[in-house]
Amino acid sequence: MVNRILVGAHYGLKDWVIQRATAIIMAVYTVIFLVVVGAVGPDSFEAWRGIFANGFMKFASFLFLVSVFYHAWIGVRDIWMDYVKPDGLRLLMMIATAAVLVGYAGWAVQILWRM
Amino acid sequence: MAEMAIKKRRPKNLDLPTIRLPLPGILSIIHRISGAGMFLMLPFLLWLFQSSLASPETFASAREVVGHPLARIILLGLIWFYMHHFCAGIRYLLLDLHKGVELEAARLSSKVVFAVSIALTLIIGAKVLW
Repeated sequence: MVNRILVGAHYGLKDWVIQRATAIIMAVYTVIFLVVVGAVGPDSFEAWRGIFANGFMKFASFLFLVSVFYHAWIGVRDIWMDYVKPDGLRLLMMIATAAVLVGYAGWAVQILWRM
Repeated sequence: MAEMAIKKRRPKNLDLPTIRLPLPGILSIIHRISGAGMFLMLPFLLWLFQSSLASPETFASAREVVGHPLARIILLGLIWFYMHHFCAGIRYLLLDLHKGVELEAARLSSKVVFAVSIALTLIIGAKVLW
């Protein structure tokens, strides 16, 4: 007798890998950011802005923020899956979560490229 | 059928007041709570980041916000959330690589996570917020 639990193929594994890949990106950025801020010691607007005007830091900061949003998607979705049992409400929470995170990504672009 | 037999023989303890979460378990639930907390504070943090970069005037107002006692407490809490999530996350990555999976090592590493994340929070909080 086949008693199979229905789940999408590799869908868990893909998220498991992405959660760790984004974690490593964020961890590396955290160290870079702390070293840069420690070295620059930005106590003025110009010095603070200068950090993110630098091409590498702009790119790295954007990569960091996108990693935050994707990582948050997987983590928050897992929280809904653990605690929200009614299917309709769970779906609604997931859609709302994805929607705000996509919005934040657009906001991040605006912050970094229109500064 | 074999599965059923195993399930029946499992010991049960549902006397909730006597169940104490071990330190790695406390670390785990704080990992989740800190993640959820940081997710909820993302709009505030993005707004603060935007203000700090948009213009000298908004930079000054962002600095004023950060100087407010309530904001300081929230930001100190968020720094701790970040540092806990960061250190506990590194511990989980090491566990993924089968490093420190034995009981004693896992308990020790969770103590290290609490010590390091609280120390980093105090150092960064002192530098940035005071």
